[in-house]
Amino acid sequence: MNMIKATLVSAVLALTAPAAFAAGAESAHKIDNVDFSFDGPFGSYDVNQLQRGLQIYTEVCSACHGLKFVPLRTLGDEGGPHLPEDQVIEYSKQFEVFDAELDDFRTATPVDHFPGSALANAPDLSLMAKSRAAFHGPYGLGINQLMKGTGGAEYISAILHGYTGEEKEQAGTTFYENDYFPGGWIAMAPPLYDEAVEFQDGHDNSIEAMSHDVAAFLMWTAEPKLGARKQAGFAGVIFLTLLSVLLYLTNKRLWASVKGKKKS
Amino acid sequence: MSGIPHDHYEPKSNGEKWLHSRLPIVGLAYDTLMIPTPKNLNWMWIWGIVLTFCLALQIVTGIVLAMHYTPHVDQAFASVEHIMRNVNGGYMLRYMHANGASLFFIAVYAHIFRGLYYGSYKAPREITWIIGMLIYLLMMGTAFMGYVLPWGQMSFWGATVITGLFGAIPLVGEPIQTLLLGGPAVDNSTLNRFFSLHYLLPFVIAGLVILHIWAFHTTGNNNPTGVDVRRTSKEDAEKDTLPFWPYFVIKDLFALAVILVVFFAVVGFMPNYLGHPDNYIQANPLATPAHIVPEWYFLPFYAILRAFTSEVWVVIIAETLTGGIVDAKFFGVLAMFGAIAVMAAVPWLDTSRVRSGRYRPMFKWWFGLLVVDFFALMWLGAMPAEEPYASFSLIASTYWFAYFLVILPLLGVIEKPLAQPETIEADFDAHYAPKVGGTTTIVNPAE
Repeated sequence: MNMIKATLVSAVLALTAPAAFAAGAESAHKIDNVDFSFDGPFGSYDVNQLQRGLQIYTEVCSACHGLKFVPLRTLGDEGGPHLPEDQVIEYSKQFEVFDAELDDFRTATPVDHFPGSALANAPDLSLMAKSRAAFHGPYGLGINQLMKGTGGAEYISAILHGYTGEEKEQAGTTFYENDYFPGGWIAMAPPLYDEAVEFQDGHDNSIEAMSHDVAAFLMWTAEPKLGARKQAGFAGVIFLTLLSVLLYLTNKRLWASVKGKKKS
Repeated sequence: MSGIPHDHYEPKSNGEKWLHSRLPIVGLAYDTLMIPTPKNLNWMWIWGIVLTFCLALQIVTGIVLAMHYTPHVDQAFASVEHIMRNVNGGYMLRYMHANGASLFFIAVYAHIFRGLYYGSYKAPREITWIIGMLIYLLMMGTAFMGYVLPWGQMSFWGATVITGLFGAIPLVGEPIQTLLLGGPAVDNSTLNRFFSLHYLLPFVIAGLVILHIWAFHTTGNNNPTGVDVRRTSKEDAEKDTLPFWPYFVIKDLFALAVILVVFFAVVGFMPNYLGHPDNYIQANPLATPAHIVPEWYFLPFYAILRAFTSEVWVVIIAETLTGGIVDAKFFGVLAMFGAIAVMAAVPWLDTSRVRSGRYRPMFKWWFGLLVVDFFALMWLGAMPAEEPYASFSLIASTYWFAYFLVILPLLGVIEKPLAQPETIEADFDAHYAPKVGGTTTIVNPAE
């Protein structure tokens, strides 16, 4: 039976192995976990937070960045920002998209995607929250991963309020010191400041609160089906646990006629 | 089919007889399902079913994914995002397929190490072992090409590094590399041929799986004692075995269900845990990622590949003797493939006549060390190529080769094995009290 124990240990080790290579972005400072509503096996997006994040994205980020993989219609999705249909149509109208059939630009409709980045050196943000990972890896045997996610949203929010205020010129480009950016100097000027965006409901618009809101929104753009996925996973786990119990009992009864008590 | 004596299918009705005299397919299914199986198999004998399930899962999810995927450098990445966002249940299909590959490799490593411990590779099961090794090689090829398809940064740079290995082979290396890539570098032609082969190879694997099963159904399963099932008569065989259905089917399905609980938890709650964040960045030939790391299941062999640098004395000797044809890069490639080759050759390297490690007091320790070595290599493969990891990698790689090439051949001569049980029945009765006045009676369907 030692073999079985060895196998179990091996399985755990195998699952923790990716720890090592996943270090990914090496920041100057350790990025702390933020208790987002979508963390953990039962977490889901906070609709209000996503709507605030959308507002910040629209008023600030979209000046340079794009979301080319995100269809505008998904803004109306349940489990997402869940905007009413007329608002989605209205929201889409602010964008111009290139239509290959017309061979010209036209006003966007919900079937179109968000435009891509306006600036060549501004990365697309659709998948940013999944392509960065503040604490990807096997800390605590992967249980942290289960409870806190890979830390992509934490990374984004840390970057947004991690500016020290220092600047430097290098080959004609201004770099800004940022504690959480790998290498410490980032080309993006500090995008947020306190009260940069005014929320209709008067919600907290400090730089920290806004960083969290827009990070949550970008988590949604990266993983829009998070809620449905967790539900499917949960259903699978419950169903298979039940099936395991039934098969265990069947197996026990089946072997009862063959196997007596185990001799110690 | 020769094999352990047991009852065969007898067509009863006229319809069954009509079919049986033309195509004995029901008989084949019956004999396969009712195969006498050693009754002392432990929980390490469940991985075969898990692997069969994985192959089916990967093929089914893969076929549906292929319906929505576009193998073109400009559209591959976007088509994967289309699957994740717009295809019904697409996110589950893709996450199951990606994590299914990991489950596949966990199961195959458990299966291989079970075989190594219980001597399942020894006569008369060498062919089963060799086919298994071929399946494993094809699995690695399939997984590698599948990882390229999403066309992320790790896809692209992983493909660049791995195909570059073939370029290290003297003379024929570069033409082989060009043939693999379909050009001078990883590009659209590479993506197209990888997609085509990624779709093809699983069916080759499925064919080999049938041969693998056929081979061990001829020799009979190995078992934890390594003692053969008695074939002297049907009655004797029945004392050592139980029919596969229902005893082992139900047992294996129970094990599979438990494993799938964990699998669904990973897919549902942390599907990107085993992946690399960089693969959510679209492939960019102009930007090399800081660390290019293969998927976890390649790490042990990746560590061996990197262990043999130009400073290592065997590499220096090899380079001098061959006049520079075998340089450090080629040596590393040889070592990596050699590490799998020595494992494939193990039926002829192990000189002990005792199959099961259970009765080999010295072997047990060396085998335990091999398992530790395997995980050490996996960890080292993920570490940057610098000290102290480089030295550790060299030591761990050396042990891998030493185990197969030195320790196993010598152990068979030096070691004094423990007494083995006479029969499987004797071993079974030594471990389990005889069944008295059973509360439930289940008719043995083989009788």
